[in-house]
Parts: sequence; C-alpha cells; structure tokens
Amino acid sequence: MIVPVMIFSINVQSPPSSQASYSAYQFCRALLRQGHNLHRVFFYQDGIYNATNLAAPPQDELDLYSEWQKLSKEHSVELVVCIAAALKRGLLNQEESIRYNKAGHNLAEGFTLGGLGQLIEAAAVSDRLITFGN
Amino acid sequence: MHKKILLISRHAPYGNSIAKDAFDAALATAIYDQDLSMLFMDDGIFQLLRDQQAQEISQKSFTSMLSALPFYDIDKLYIHQESLEQRGLTIENLIVDNATIVNSAQISNLLNHQDHILSF
Repeated sequence: MIVPVMIFSINVQSPPSSQASYSAYQFCRALLRQGHNLHRVFFYQDGIYNATNLAAPPQDELDLYSEWQKLSKEHSVELVVCIAAALKRGLLNQEESIRYNKAGHNLAEGFTLGGLGQLIEAAAVSDRLITFGN
Repeated sequence: MHKKILLISRHAPYGNSIAKDAFDAALATAIYDQDLSMLFMDDGIFQLLRDQQAQEISQKSFTSMLSALPFYDIDKLYIHQESLEQRGLTIENLIVDNATIVNSAQISNLLNHQDHILSF
C-alpha cells in the first residue's frame, strides 16, 4: 500500500514518567521511518518536563531526554516547549533565568521556548496533529 | 492556513491545571485566526457551572474566563447532553446561554467536520 506523504506535528502533554511521552517519541520515529515529514514537536502542560537537562534516569531505562535531542539532531525536528507552562514549572533557558533572577537554567540543548501560537501554527500547516497525554 | 479546530475540554475546572491550559489553548487558537469550536464533555461540564467561588481555594474563577470568550470571537460552544444528564445538571445550572447541546451521535458528526482535534 502506498501511503501519501503527510506533514505531522506532535503535541506532548504528559511528563516522561508517563507512557504517553514514550509513545509520542516512538510515533515520531515511526512516521519518519515511513517517509513522512515531522514539522514540530510541541511540549505543553507536564510535557515540558521532557525538556529538562537535569534528569538522570536509571541506566537500564531508555533515556528519553537524550532520545528527543538525537531525534531533533538527526531529522532537524523543531522541539518547542510552551514558555508559560515551562516557566511556572521551573524550566528555564538562560534568558528567562536572567529575566526572573533565578539561580540557574535547565532547558536542554535542542529545545526552544515558544508561545502557544506555535502549537496552533503547527496545526495550521500540518495534515495531522497528534496529541499524546491526558 | 485556515483550519477547523475542535477543542475538547473533559476535565473539571480545579484540582489540576488541565482545564485552564485548554482555555489558554482556545484563546491562542482564536488569536491565530483559526476556525475554533469548543466542546465541553465529561467533567469538563463543571467548568460551566454558575456561582463558582474559586477565590475560596485561591484559584481564578472560570466564570470570568468564560465571559472573555466573546471578545475573542469564540462563539461555537458545544455541550455534551449525556455528560450533563449523568451529573444531574441542566442548562439552567450553567453560565453559558449561547451553547449548543449535542448528543453522542451529533458529536460524531461534529468530529467528522474538523481538520484537527485538540483534546484536554
């Protein structure tokens, strides 16, 4: 069966402690394997915890944090974290850390902070927007 | 691109931030000039209850947030009939008066007419 090539965007709403985050990641890998385009992965609500660089998962578990970064590097996928959701949960980049006079910053490399408009823009330009979580 | 987006809100207003996050996503959708509809079902119905006193638990009331919807031209509101009935509520218990009550069969139809679904 020939599947038409589609543009996908992914909305991750659950933290890495939830299977939904792993499913989102595996779905991204699967759609890229099948030749589709991945426009953006957007992290909203507790999904923002996927973007911390301070997590140290056990060595015998999949390091989902690093996997997102690898995915982004290999396929030039945009990983956008909702800035409002991130700030209120203690996930900051350097710029926001300085702005709010906080002790440090912990947004992992490869992720960027952006507004909710980036989720809606992703919906507007994608053939499929798939939400994981909730 | 102009897309038809249905936002489904299925969680109670307080207890966690899911309903509030759905609301923020709705406003962003409207600002981005997409064709937005909102469907309240399951415990999401409770967001629409009259006489909420969220200040008692140091939260922002949904009543004032809902009253902002017309200013964003968000006027396609749907309420799931069975969710109302299961919770012993009628439209008189709710603050919105411009919403369309839909049953489960009509929801299928509503879903079929969208480009995207955002589920909260």
